[in-house]
Amino acid sequence: MRKVLTAALVAAGMGVGGAAVAAEPLKIGLMGTLSGPPAVLGQHINDGFKLFVEQQGGKLGGRDVEIIVADDELKPDVALTKVKGLLERDKVDFVAGIVFSNILQAVFRPVTESETFLIGANAGTSTFAGKGCSPYFFSTSWQNDQIHEVMGKYAQDKGFKSAFLLTPNYQAGKDSVAGFKRHFKGEVVDEVYTKLGNLDFSAELAKIAAAKPEVVFTFMPGGMGVNLVKQFKQAGLDKNVTFLSAFTVDETTLPATKDDAVGLFSSSQWTPDLDNPANKAFVSAYEAKYGYVPSLYSSQGYDAAQLIDSAVKAVKGDLSDKKAVIAALRKADFASVRGDFKYNTNHFPIQDYYLVKAVKRADGKYATSVVEKVFDDYGDIYAAECSMK
Amino acid sequence: MTATLVAVQVLNGLQLGVLLFLVAAGLTLVFGVMDFINLAHGVQYMLGAYLAVTFYGLTGNFFAALVLALLAALAFGLLLEFVVFRHLYDRDHLDQVLATFGVILFLNEGVRIVWGAAPLSYPIPQLLQGTIPLIDGFGYPIYRVAMILSGLATAVLLWFLVTRTRVGMLVRAGATNPRMVSALGVDIRRLFMVVFGFGAMLAGFAGVMSGPILSVEPGMGDGVLILAFVVIVIGGIGSIRGAFVAALIIGLVDTLGRSFMTDIFKAFMAPAAANQVGPAIASMLIYLLMAGVLFFRPTGLFPATGR
Amino acid sequence: MSAPVGVVAATGSGRVVPAVLLILLAALPAVANAADLSFATLLMTRVMIYAIAALSLDLILGYGAMVSFGHAAFVGIGAYAIGIASAHDLWEGAITFPLAMLAAGLFALVTGAISLRTRGVYFIMITLAFGQMAYFTASSLSEYGGDDGLTMWAQTEFLGAEPFGDRTTFYYLVLACLAGCFVFLRALVASRFGRVIAGVRENRLRMQAVGFNPYLYQLAAYVIAGMIAGLAGALLANHAEFVSPSYMSWQRSGDLIIMVVLGGMGTLHGAVLGAIAYLMLEEGLSHFTEHWRVIFGPLLILIVLYARGGLGSLLRRGGSDG
Repeated sequence: MRKVLTAALVAAGMGVGGAAVAAEPLKIGLMGTLSGPPAVLGQHINDGFKLFVEQQGGKLGGRDVEIIVADDELKPDVALTKVKGLLERDKVDFVAGIVFSNILQAVFRPVTESETFLIGANAGTSTFAGKGCSPYFFSTSWQNDQIHEVMGKYAQDKGFKSAFLLTPNYQAGKDSVAGFKRHFKGEVVDEVYTKLGNLDFSAELAKIAAAKPEVVFTFMPGGMGVNLVKQFKQAGLDKNVTFLSAFTVDETTLPATKDDAVGLFSSSQWTPDLDNPANKAFVSAYEAKYGYVPSLYSSQGYDAAQLIDSAVKAVKGDLSDKKAVIAALRKADFASVRGDFKYNTNHFPIQDYYLVKAVKRADGKYATSVVEKVFDDYGDIYAAECSMK
Repeated sequence: MTATLVAVQVLNGLQLGVLLFLVAAGLTLVFGVMDFINLAHGVQYMLGAYLAVTFYGLTGNFFAALVLALLAALAFGLLLEFVVFRHLYDRDHLDQVLATFGVILFLNEGVRIVWGAAPLSYPIPQLLQGTIPLIDGFGYPIYRVAMILSGLATAVLLWFLVTRTRVGMLVRAGATNPRMVSALGVDIRRLFMVVFGFGAMLAGFAGVMSGPILSVEPGMGDGVLILAFVVIVIGGIGSIRGAFVAALIIGLVDTLGRSFMTDIFKAFMAPAAANQVGPAIASMLIYLLMAGVLFFRPTGLFPATGR
Repeated sequence: MSAPVGVVAATGSGRVVPAVLLILLAALPAVANAADLSFATLLMTRVMIYAIAALSLDLILGYGAMVSFGHAAFVGIGAYAIGIASAHDLWEGAITFPLAMLAAGLFALVTGAISLRTRGVYFIMITLAFGQMAYFTASSLSEYGGDDGLTMWAQTEFLGAEPFGDRTTFYYLVLACLAGCFVFLRALVASRFGRVIAGVRENRLRMQAVGFNPYLYQLAAYVIAGMIAGLAGALLANHAEFVSPSYMSWQRSGDLIIMVVLGGMGTLHGAVLGAIAYLMLEEGLSHFTEHWRVIFGPLLILIVLYARGGLGSLLRRGGSDG
């Protein structure tokens, strides 16, 4: 019944459009976590997204854009209510953003079942890459496992024999361990799961020192990562142990970790110094406007706006033929700031992944920089489970 | 080898305990003397760290930033007392909870507007950099030792103030029987202001000290606030001694639990199951402890008499 | 902890406010549908679910001075009962709803039996401790989604029908639950049982001397509150079609306390008012600015300073002035 109701609502919204479609603004619900400690991630995505819209003179695909920002507060039921507000009250054409997997879990069904396009600019849960995939969902980031796989692959290729794994005790942390182990065949000396939001890692660092691994692999997003990196350095562990990380050392945490993070490794599909014209223009415009160095999250937000722009342009602003819009989105016909970018059958990107490290730039700011390419045109393993072809 | 590891973890536990004590001391004083539940104590801790970020940016010197941040934290605490808190002393506890919750919302968001959402920090002062080598390849940071010492020094100072000075005597009397103190002609308002300002400064001090090792971010005080409440409740409300003992217990239990709980479970469980159960139990260990203490001693370990 | 709350059930506002609220709430879906705002129905459904939870908290907090800082755990347990049942393909509400309430009630019985040994702020903190234990337990249930939560792929059925599938039906069901809980609790607090609970709050020793066992009465109230909160949780799971440990976080327990105090404790309708005001202010202000908390925070302070006894008393005063 609800499906019928929302479908009818959407149809009614479309019906009003028709001929007058170009005059109505394109409505985009930009949903992300904007409160609490992880707010910075949502901020970066939104800044990236808004930058591209602004560069287009407030238009995407030739249509005026109205952006409605929603804060999910990192609470799934709040996210659900707000996304339903976006869909039904604001009648948005696209929902974009979504920082965390648990929020994506909560909003995925209502958005895709109402046949609204969902552009995920960060979270890439395995369910929605595999069995639960939907034609209405497109990611401009990655499938969660892939970033961790990069590190496992690198550790394996470099011939490291022993690894110590350290992640928060929640689903994404466990996924990250699984992702790392997929390619790493050496010995895992210990797996330690810390409380989410853990502040002090001294206990864990002492364990690392005692276990004497060749590498430590960690996934500690946000403030946890800041604390870990600073304390890792302060304990002097960086002299003997190679620090591999995912979502821990990036431009959201570097302003706080600064020199403590320089030289530490991370993995990414993008860095500010990635050498392509689209990226150069993006990074310089971004830094000029916001006064800080963009992160991979910013780039994902920027590409999400580019993706919408390309599709709306391809259908000449008329979103009533959903199949045509999906086909246009699937082409990903835009110059991604990460270079190579095309869509897999499950609407997740096939792209390159790099080993990156933190550097201090000539202007005194801190950024990540490419060390070497680890995967070339890499798709995720869940695509095979997705029934879309 | 394992002995060294345990020793390191004990040091870590002490350091966490000392930090908790700094926050909890102010909280328990304000609660004990003024019968005032100040949920905003956590954001005062946060504010101390943020102020230090700014003053470090201006002066480039940790110690200058520390002094300036303490003064600013004191001033801000007094301002809060003047604008909001003093109107709440004779109110129901839950009114105090609601109003100070409002202060939390305001300051957490205000900090985000002023300083931005991204985590910030400032470095360890040159003087306290470096490590004391313990295990091969792993040193114990001197700064953390300094933190432990400064916390112990604060505890001694507090002990002296509370047991050896006139204000301290009034504070003790106030915690036991506030009406009597006021009946004796003591300006209870002034006393409250002093206690409150001092508490705000202690929280700010804890914030400044944690800046170099923890990330400075909006909402950083919320978790600390809850832990501080656990500490003062286990210790017995109004008791500085109780807060000190409880803070060290909590610090040690939490740290040692996180370090060894999973390994203990691995001794008699499959590793996969231990990895699931261990961290969950370790996370709730301090709450189990609190429930246990309150079960056997419903008013904490060192209850202030007469309450 | 002296709570300046009187039993207002007998006074005028004790009847007028709930009656007006009921009429307004009952009329809402029709108005919303006419204005093409069926989203409002959805939003108010969520608000009313929280109102049920707040009501249950008001029973123990407002009347019994038992400030539970772990109340969200009961809501979460109710929600998880539904979620876990659904993961095992059990959708029948006639089984799962009583199960949800029983599970929450059982948790309340065990934790209440221990917590009620303490008073005042110690009670607040020990209930927090149990709430946190429930939270961390749910977070570690990795077969049920762990920290990410558990998506329900359908909603609860009742004897083959799917009443939650239709938004308006769902709304009226929740309204009926809210009204039912309200009437039940109103009757309860007016009964001998309720008078004993209030009597224990005022003077424990006297109640003991008269021959009542305060502990048992308080425990019974605690379990009833837990079961009603469990019902709210079961409804919440169906509303979000998703269960998550975050339903049990201490912040949520805090939100519930704030709702009750904001609306005015010890009045029952105050809890409903508080839930509506809290969630609607949040919704309204967050539309206005991303930094809505800098407005909301001072607003709460002003309410404490100038509206003693919460929003309910404001209405009462407004009523008597006019």
